[in-house]
Amino acid sequence: MRRSRFPLVVTALVLAFFYLPILILVVNSFNSARFSSRWQGFSLVWYARLFESPEVWQALRNTLVIAVSVTAVSVVLGTAAAFALHRYAASRLQRVHYTLIYTPLVVPEILMGISLLMFFVAAGVPLGLFTIFLAHVTFCVSYVAMTVLGRLQDFDFSVIEAAQDLGASPWQSARKVLIPMLMPGIVAGALLAFTLSVDDFVITFFVAGPGSTTLPLRIYSMIKYGAPPMINALSTLLLAVTLTAVLLSQRLVRLKSGKNG
Amino acid sequence: MGKMGSNLLFSKKSRFDPILRRRRAEWLTSLPTLAWLGLFVVVPTVLVFVIAFRPANPYGGIGGGWTLATVRSLWTPSYLAIAWRTLWISLMTTAICLVLAVPTGYSIARASAKWRNRLLMLVIIPFWTSFLVRVFAWKSLLHPEGLIKKTLEALGLVGTASTLLYNPTAVVLVMVYTFLPFTILPIYAAAEKFDFRLVEAARDLGARPIQAFRRVFLPGIRRGLLTAFLVVFIPALGSYIIPDLVGGPAGEMLGNKIAQRVFTDRNLPHASALSAVLVLAVLAPLIAVLALQRKNKKSDIIMGEAP
Repeated sequence: MRRSRFPLVVTALVLAFFYLPILILVVNSFNSARFSSRWQGFSLVWYARLFESPEVWQALRNTLVIAVSVTAVSVVLGTAAAFALHRYAASRLQRVHYTLIYTPLVVPEILMGISLLMFFVAAGVPLGLFTIFLAHVTFCVSYVAMTVLGRLQDFDFSVIEAAQDLGASPWQSARKVLIPMLMPGIVAGALLAFTLSVDDFVITFFVAGPGSTTLPLRIYSMIKYGAPPMINALSTLLLAVTLTAVLLSQRLVRLKSGKNG
Repeated sequence: MGKMGSNLLFSKKSRFDPILRRRRAEWLTSLPTLAWLGLFVVVPTVLVFVIAFRPANPYGGIGGGWTLATVRSLWTPSYLAIAWRTLWISLMTTAICLVLAVPTGYSIARASAKWRNRLLMLVIIPFWTSFLVRVFAWKSLLHPEGLIKKTLEALGLVGTASTLLYNPTAVVLVMVYTFLPFTILPIYAAAEKFDFRLVEAARDLGARPIQAFRRVFLPGIRRGLLTAFLVVFIPALGSYIIPDLVGGPAGEMLGNKIAQRVFTDRNLPHASALSAVLVLAVLAPLIAVLALQRKNKKSDIIMGEAP
């Protein structure tokens, strides 16, 4: 039976729709013209401007400090949570636990931002890097837990029982057997948490305070109050970094499945 | 956790009792996230509903006592107009996403294994790129000096004075761009499990292609369609950056009003009241879909697998 070509045409158009804006942005970051409709020759001037901007460097430092600490904390919490969700799946406590972990994934970001802001104001916590850190961990934990949970689905717990039969304590069997075997999932979760923290704008916008400008907050004010060509350059660099992270995590996932298959 | 939990954690006897040891291990691994999310998700959400009934103080904080004035003040024509616009922009975005995602998900599911992986990667990559960067890319394309505007001008389709930015259409366009990957994935996942022999059977029995598509394929991927609906519609209701950057005053949504109450007037109770409305607006479709699923006697949870 002949199949209609219509779905393939739509797919091609959808992919063009996805990539054209990004492609034009990357090309324009090397355009010496101030406005993007005309090509006026290759230039790295916007990159040079970017590197000279002290605000961008400061924002990058804040972003990295937050992202690294958020990743560390949410990997520990998220992995423990995934373990509990999988190991004690039948219990009522885990049903509550699962719902709680699922909530940050479905709640619109602005609601999470505003409710955390109210909480910090009511509790008298001064807004700044620390409140951003707390807010980021709150949503990153869920993503890490879900990623590690995915890995756990095909984990064989008899290995743990074997280790304990051979005299390993629960802590030893976790450290020497469980965690190494879950490593690809944990690393993929860590990369995800890192990228989400680096990229978050809405929640950060609500809980940031004076002196805690992160890179997305910086980009936002650049978009709102001028400096477009510099954002092209900055965006291109960000694209390069995230794509590398994605390809790396894909590699890890493939390595893992390659070993099993 | 209560008395029972603390006994489990600290009793000496529990060390030797495997059932108690299991309970203790469960609490030890669950408690950190339960406490964290309880403190930073549950408490703040309850707080939003409480603060909506508090008066504002002149210093931008929360005053003492209780009032219904803020909640009452939401029932004004200007807010109703915003609520209505938020709803139709979100519905429009969801509809366009579904219309584009069904053929795309279908083609990916029917592609050869090699192409299937490539196409999936191509769909996933853009949603890994920075969200602000993607919105900015569209803002500069639609800009009066941008490529799309200049191209349309050259083709004589728009006048030099007309603007593509700062209207609800621009908001819908950029929202479709942002949410489309999230729609394609669940529809692909459902289409991949769909038995395409059913479509062939329908054709053999005399159904026209469009009938087979509507009466056999679409009902077959219903679960994917419902998930796709939720993953677009819910975040769309809470949109804030997209209308802020490409919508202008004519494209403002509920999220913009919440942000204005926080950052422009610093009226936290008012922002809370608006957020409470948004929470209820988000819960409504979620509960509706869950009820629909239960009615269809599907035991599986719509998004993801329950433990």
